[in-house]
Amino acid sequence: MNLTDEEKAMLAGEMGEAKRWAIDHQIKVGGMFDAPDLVPVSQAHMMADPESLGEAGGDFLEDMVAKGARVAIPMITDPRGVDLNHYRPLGQSEEMATLERRMIAACEKMGILMTNTCVNYQTIMPPVLGDHVAYGDTGVVIYSNSICGARSNFEGGPSALAAGLTGRTPRYGLHLDENRQATRRFVVREQPKELTDWGVLGALVGKLAGSYWAVPVIEGLEVVPTSDEAKHMGAAMASFGSTPLFHMAGITPEAETLADVGADKLPVEEITKADLDALRAGFGAKGDKIDVVVFAAPQLSIVEMQALAAQCAGKTFKSAVIVCTSPQVYPDATRMGLIDVIEGTGAKVLEGTCFYNQYAREIGEANGWTRLLSNSAKIVNIISGYGYTPALASMERCVASAVAGEIV
Amino acid sequence: MTKELKCHKGIGEKVQGIALVADDNFSARYDLDRKKGVFSRPAHKLCGQSYHDKILVLNTSKGGVASAWMLHEMKSRNICPKAILFNTANTILAQGAALANLTMCDRFEDGDVTQLIQTGDEVIVDPEQGLVTVVNG
Repeated sequence: MNLTDEEKAMLAGEMGEAKRWAIDHQIKVGGMFDAPDLVPVSQAHMMADPESLGEAGGDFLEDMVAKGARVAIPMITDPRGVDLNHYRPLGQSEEMATLERRMIAACEKMGILMTNTCVNYQTIMPPVLGDHVAYGDTGVVIYSNSICGARSNFEGGPSALAAGLTGRTPRYGLHLDENRQATRRFVVREQPKELTDWGVLGALVGKLAGSYWAVPVIEGLEVVPTSDEAKHMGAAMASFGSTPLFHMAGITPEAETLADVGADKLPVEEITKADLDALRAGFGAKGDKIDVVVFAAPQLSIVEMQALAAQCAGKTFKSAVIVCTSPQVYPDATRMGLIDVIEGTGAKVLEGTCFYNQYAREIGEANGWTRLLSNSAKIVNIISGYGYTPALASMERCVASAVAGEIV
Repeated sequence: MTKELKCHKGIGEKVQGIALVADDNFSARYDLDRKKGVFSRPAHKLCGQSYHDKILVLNTSKGGVASAWMLHEMKSRNICPKAILFNTANTILAQGAALANLTMCDRFEDGDVTQLIQTGDEVIVDPEQGLVTVVNG
């Protein structure tokens, strides 16, 4: 890999042990993907929840602090695993909270901004067209690449940290023009109507594309998705397909026309109502009992919080209901009275976490939750490995089902 | 009979072990019970099987960024595969392998690695050389 003089100094340890580790890590990863050099990035974003890191990850972060690690660029964080204001009632242990506190302390010492969000593109600082970034959440990456036209690979926690420390990332994958051209072309024959429809469309495209290295382009959409709709679509696509980038012809910034992304000559694959219904059919049916209803994955925007509150008003839930939003949205939603309305039903709004990365297995066992209903196509894909049977329905049907205790 | 399979240069150290193979994908978050060291996602073709000390051979890596930290955490408790071979790795698994010093290779010249290697085969993985040797017999 071609290194600048500054990068060579980092590798030689002249800029401290933490930076030496970081650039060595980047060279190893870049080597596997034939990166010619490193590219400067404007922001890094790290997933670092205690369930994923474990004691080993906590020790690693503290060791980095001891080695003088300090981020060189603005660096933010993905949702945490423990809402420190509400963990015992969820069945989370003091050990989990202690590990969470250790990680927060270590990150703060490195100069990381504890934003604890997977909707930073709605609440913190969205990247711009052509912006090279190192983001560490698949939903964040696919939205930033596709909707904003930024350039990021999926950066797992260690690599996001390395990028924060060096201010660079290896130039491979989606940092290169040639990997942003479309490889599959889908025509939509059924228009999505609400958030979950967009999620299901994303899920199906992801499933069909099926690889990190496939880039779908979607045509035939008669409406421009809102940010929340594109968020659900992208998050589901990334989850089902490991897909980091998609284009929507005439909508997203790199695909004003099909030819812009080299898609005009690709064979056309149709997505019909039957295809979308078949995907939904795998996730629950009317009359199925439910233990917990989850609104999360991604965290809810203030607009989703308002929509949810409007549907919750005056209702009482028979099922447990968990809502996850960001620490940026939460105080706004409190001030506007939305949290009170939502929690008036018996639901609980958590701040700065996401359901699936907050020890989902353990809280399921502690609360006797196995049958989970959500309006998120992403979470129903993830959660079965944690011992849940997932079901999918629109926000409206999720609310009605929470009242009834079964899918309506 | 020995069979040599060329692949792309990978990550980690040279290792030897027994293969566990499926024409399926991999995510540490979605597919595993990491405490027990088994595949736990009901829809996964290896559901219920232990991955401990195995050379896992799978199609591609799926899903979330958490897998990078998770490989490191699994390695720290020594309930971990010895190596993972993919047709195509995604970036997260490669990053996790780099942190955990777990052996990982992908992109095999002779085609679908989940067909080229069978469960139970004894396999040597040399990521530096980009070479996987099947030493049955």
